[in-house]
Amino acid sequence: MSGHHIVSVKLYFGVFFALCALTFLTYWTALHDYGAFNTPLALAIAGVKAALVILFFMHAKYSSKLTQLFAFAGFFWLAILLVFTLQDFMTRDLLPFYFWPKA
Amino acid sequence: MSDHAHSTYGLVHHFDDLEQQKETGTLGMWSFLITEVLFFGGLFGAYAVYRSQFPDAFQVASAQLKVGLGAINTIVLICSSVTMALGVHAAQKGSKNGIILGLIGTLVFGAAFLVVKYFEYKEKWDHGLIPGYHFNSHGTFDSLHAGPAQMYFALYFVMTGMHAFHMVIGMILMFWLIAKARKNYFREGHYALIENFGLYWHFVDIVWIFLFPLLYLVGAHSGAGGAHHG
Repeated sequence: MSGHHIVSVKLYFGVFFALCALTFLTYWTALHDYGAFNTPLALAIAGVKAALVILFFMHAKYSSKLTQLFAFAGFFWLAILLVFTLQDFMTRDLLPFYFWPKA
Repeated sequence: MSDHAHSTYGLVHHFDDLEQQKETGTLGMWSFLITEVLFFGGLFGAYAVYRSQFPDAFQVASAQLKVGLGAINTIVLICSSVTMALGVHAAQKGSKNGIILGLIGTLVFGAAFLVVKYFEYKEKWDHGLIPGYHFNSHGTFDSLHAGPAQMYFALYFVMTGMHAFHMVIGMILMFWLIAKARKNYFREGHYALIENFGLYWHFVDIVWIFLFPLLYLVGAHSGAGGAHHG
């Protein structure tokens, strides 16, 4: 049951080295110019790092379903906040209003 | 561990057993962390909007940060998360000294992070990069970029400042937890407080995991990274 699973020290250090390697990877990719893909790449790496912390350090992998749902809900609501804000600001240049059909 | 199942040490009357009490506490902590996600989410949202409108100025402004210091602090914070996890691990194993050692390690790494942050803030102050009347007093940015660059630094100081504030709160709580651990408060499976504090500390680490690429790495490939002279 939840709360009784003890993560081994070995796994903690495995996650530690993975986080350090990903930090180096995100630094290395930032030195290169991938045009529009720099930021999505950096965010993807940060997402993997955050997932490692949540799953193993915060024990979400071993938590009850209800706790996992709560953890998911927070980030889901964050996604709503960001997506609905940016769907306005990032699409304003797609169709300038002077291209709109005249009445 | 099985002898802990029927222990009533630390059990408050409105719970059936420690298992139920612990599960409730964990859920409560995650509820709090949801509000924290959305608190920082508002700041990340503001960052996303301004950066989508002024991508070039954000790149030039980001190049003013020292990527090396940000990277070192990222590693320092990851180390503090590991010591925190080891502290919780010790609590699960019922090792009083392990808890204290883990918390002290987390405190030391947390303090190291704030010391690096102090030197970074000090440098921004010296180079006239504090938003306000004296912003850009060293002529770092041309007139085209100065306005949005100021917005970048306003976001930089608010986001890293709120993050550092969370760390200070965490460090104060750690002194309290160490004092409790010294009195052998966390025993017989009654360590939910340590575990929930761990959740808080790891959350603060996650915020930094996103702050590092979004604030430090935006201008890293622009070639303007050497322009620290102001």
